Amino acid sequence: MARAISTRSKITFTAVAWLIGLLIFFPILWTMLTSFKTEAQAIADPPVVFGFDWTLENYCTVGFRPNLYFFDFNEFCEGAPRSEYMRFLWNSVAIAVGSTLLGIVIAVPAAWAMAFVPGRRTKDILLWMLSTKMLPAVGVLYPINLIFVEADLLDTHFGLIVVMTLINLPIIVWMLYTYFREIPGEILEAARMDGAGMGQEIFYVLAPMAVPGIASTILLNIILAWNEAFWTLNLTTFDAAPLTQFIAGYSSPEGNFFAKLSAASTAAIAPILVLGWFSQKQLVRGLTFGAVK
Amino acid sequence: MATRHSRGIARIMITPAVIVLLGWMLVPLVMTLWFSFHDYRPQRGIYECCVGFENYARFLGSSSFLKAVFTTLIMLGGSLGITVIGGIFLAILLNQPIWGQGIVRVLVIAPFFVMPTVSALVWKNMMMDPVNGILAHVWAAFGAEPVSWLTDVPLFSIIMIVSWQWLPFATLILLTAIQSLDSEQLEAAEMDGAGPVPRFVSIILPHLARAITVVILIETIFLLSIFAEIFVTTQGGLGTKTLTYLIYERVMESQNVGLGSAGGILAVILANIIAIFLMRIVGKNLDR
Amino acid sequence: MTKTMRALLGATALSILAGHAAAETVTIATVNNGDMVRMQGLAADFAEKHPDIELEWVILEENVLRQRVTQDIATGGGQFDIVTIGQYEAPIWAAQGWLEPLNDMPEGFEPDDLMPAIVSSLTVDGNLYAAPFYGESAMVMYRTDLAEAAGVTIPAEPTWTDIMTAAEAMTDRDAGIYGICLRGKAGWGENMAFLTAMANSYGARWFNMDWEPELTSPEWTAAVNDYLSMMENYGPPGASSNGFNENLALFQQGKCGIWIDATVAASFVTDPANSTVAEHVGYAVFPHKEGVENHGNWLWAWSLAIPSSSDAKDAARTFITWATGSGYIALVAEKEGWRAAPPGTRKSLYANDAYRAAAPFADMTLSAMEAATPATPSVQETPYGGGQFVAIPEFQGIGSAVGQEISAALAGQKTGEEALEAAQEFAEEEMEAAGY
Repeated sequence: MARAISTRSKITFTAVAWLIGLLIFFPILWTMLTSFKTEAQAIADPPVVFGFDWTLENYCTVGFRPNLYFFDFNEFCEGAPRSEYMRFLWNSVAIAVGSTLLGIVIAVPAAWAMAFVPGRRTKDILLWMLSTKMLPAVGVLYPINLIFVEADLLDTHFGLIVVMTLINLPIIVWMLYTYFREIPGEILEAARMDGAGMGQEIFYVLAPMAVPGIASTILLNIILAWNEAFWTLNLTTFDAAPLTQFIAGYSSPEGNFFAKLSAASTAAIAPILVLGWFSQKQLVRGLTFGAVK
Repeated sequence: MATRHSRGIARIMITPAVIVLLGWMLVPLVMTLWFSFHDYRPQRGIYECCVGFENYARFLGSSSFLKAVFTTLIMLGGSLGITVIGGIFLAILLNQPIWGQGIVRVLVIAPFFVMPTVSALVWKNMMMDPVNGILAHVWAAFGAEPVSWLTDVPLFSIIMIVSWQWLPFATLILLTAIQSLDSEQLEAAEMDGAGPVPRFVSIILPHLARAITVVILIETIFLLSIFAEIFVTTQGGLGTKTLTYLIYERVMESQNVGLGSAGGILAVILANIIAIFLMRIVGKNLDR
Repeated sequence: MTKTMRALLGATALSILAGHAAAETVTIATVNNGDMVRMQGLAADFAEKHPDIELEWVILEENVLRQRVTQDIATGGGQFDIVTIGQYEAPIWAAQGWLEPLNDMPEGFEPDDLMPAIVSSLTVDGNLYAAPFYGESAMVMYRTDLAEAAGVTIPAEPTWTDIMTAAEAMTDRDAGIYGICLRGKAGWGENMAFLTAMANSYGARWFNMDWEPELTSPEWTAAVNDYLSMMENYGPPGASSNGFNENLALFQQGKCGIWIDATVAASFVTDPANSTVAEHVGYAVFPHKEGVENHGNWLWAWSLAIPSSSDAKDAARTFITWATGSGYIALVAEKEGWRAAPPGTRKSLYANDAYRAAAPFADMTLSAMEAATPATPSVQETPYGGGQFVAIPEFQGIGSAVGQEISAALAGQKTGEEALEAAQEFAEEEMEAAGY
């Protein structure tokens, strides 16, 4: 901003913003802290903030034992873990990435056509697509389950990837469409003047401009697919079971469980949190849904 | 401008997306419709056609139905209100020159990356638990009687959890919109002696209108199908039963698939009413 | 970052490949209760004895598990080879032909050693359909130190009046000690399990002989009103979201004077590693109302069953024999001590002196289980069997709805009478629609 800002108001704004930021982040921070406590410390009254004996015991229990070269969790663990975190993680990655890529392959041409060759029905189609997301999942659980039984798709990566793709496709198309529309049409005109064909147009002129929007869409969709907790829980058993099922194994067992639950929660959200933070610039750039003009 | 040739190609490009979505929508919908005219109760081994509109009459006639619709609307309205108002406030705040803006933004958007099951579990156990939760400790520190959040104000508590998850989304979109605001316009208004409130009402708010409709549209789609937050916290008790949860109870707990399917069809109809209403507004706004 | 990720993914891929080398896989769906988690931990012993059988564990929270398993069985998904169910599901599912009868079990199953009350509740038409993994009844657990300090005694067979008197004396809210902790979380397997047992002990019944609900009867009203007043005056805050697990945590932290719940809790509250009050737990029979000879009739056994849709039935039989046989009990005793042995399934366990010495709650558990009469849950005549539940498919839906009403009353949203009236109305609707 061009205006001169007084230092005092900057200090005030900084203080307020940090306070609110920390408040919003606090539940996650507290969960992360608790995950390093023993069960007894986790429910201590008054609560211990930092002065506890940090332990990796809970991570050992839930099976979060990565070998980070400089730091191997396994060295701190005894016995077998209660769950195979790595299997759940791998399934989550496969489903989130797989469904996103499949979704992009189907959505890019559609969004492209809608943005650059809009017809009379384009907007109706778009809005109709969004409306398919309103189908209540619980209402169609039985039908989908029966279809999956017939097609032998239960507990397969493929089946789940297809479902997740279909669930998020409307959002992908919508997001890409709004992004593509912001690409100025004059560039296309100019390229046509130069005699470029449709294929050349796409590859040499427009694709480079579309990349940020696509990247942002991919990121958002990975997050949505990662966090989806209904179909991923109901259509998987073991081979394709993602982290949502991992969490369901820790949600309310007998006895004290706060520390173990915290470790499981942290382990389940950590990968996506890290991805989200590292890529937040790219994510934000395309996350406008046409809100800005 | 577009030639007939490019129109043809465009149609081909759209086709796959339309076909898969059409299939995804129609096949389960037709099956649900089919079941909704059956007396289908697997645990009794009953699968009998055709009971007419009996399932619909029962679902609509039960005392839970209207309550569930109201609960759904309150939850939707409450969460939308909090996230939009909070989002505008946060967006304006984050748009100010502050030290460590990047870090604050990272802190604020973090809840968006937390899966709903986890956030419900964390809030229920670590924050809102009346004995061991942090909020109880805070209340006790000020000498107040700890609040039993999920017991005393269950619906409000769930709205809080949901709002916490969706506030980042609203903030991000609104922040991008605010950043695109022409700062000269604001300065000019300031020169003219307009105070912060009139500036907000006459310049910032109209500029954000479009972003706000987008936030409302996208959030509505996701909030209508909220499930994990209720399943983990109150199991639909204490007046927190939304339409989605009511259908879940019919299908999964009562194991009455016919009745639940009728509920599913009714929910689709209601959702589409809301959708049409919303899209009218959005459609208008997007045409500008 | 990327290097690490690649290493992680590589390792996972390898372990997945390795896992699929075995000949036959058995997928086990079970609850995340302590005893089942222990079973998973000890499964290395099974792997050693049966290297040709690969086990896949699906361990889920109770509500999720029940939903998942019911859904799979009802749609014939065939995802599970062994499911963990109880007295409620076993007869209903067996009647639908969804379960495999457990005849021709391998050597070591010893069905004659199983406790008769449990066996009969898992048997349909002479066939056993599920093998009990651990069994429970309900009883009173209380803090002997608190009772002594408050100058009250709880008799071995208390009445509800005794319980209320003791709870009042032990309550010290300023010290964070609540006289009584009872289930308040809505659910047919949560607060309704307790309340149905309590109502039974007040002489109430769910349905009369014409299948008409009787939730507004004087017996039900008295039971619910006493429950509400106890919880309001001597209970912990936020009780309407407390289930078994929450109460266990509270009791282990020393915040409860009396806790009336499943007998299986005894081995947790006396576990010095997790309980701060392990030394001070006393036991008594499930209370009854003066003049009513009924101790609630709570009987439940988490049991392992084989769905008809399983494709590894023989391997599943082998596993069930390992997990529910007396060899497993001895294995637990050897690794974790006799106190941790899964209770309530085998007569031989209660004849074992080592177990009786290590588990002071053994006699109480045994007598509570033997006293349960699931075929006649109430002193009044009933068209149904059960105990802390009613053994009809509709009960799950009705029980949950009624549980929500009473939970709302506990939260202060309505009175006990209002809750019961609403519950009665719902139950009448459901029963009529179900064609009774």
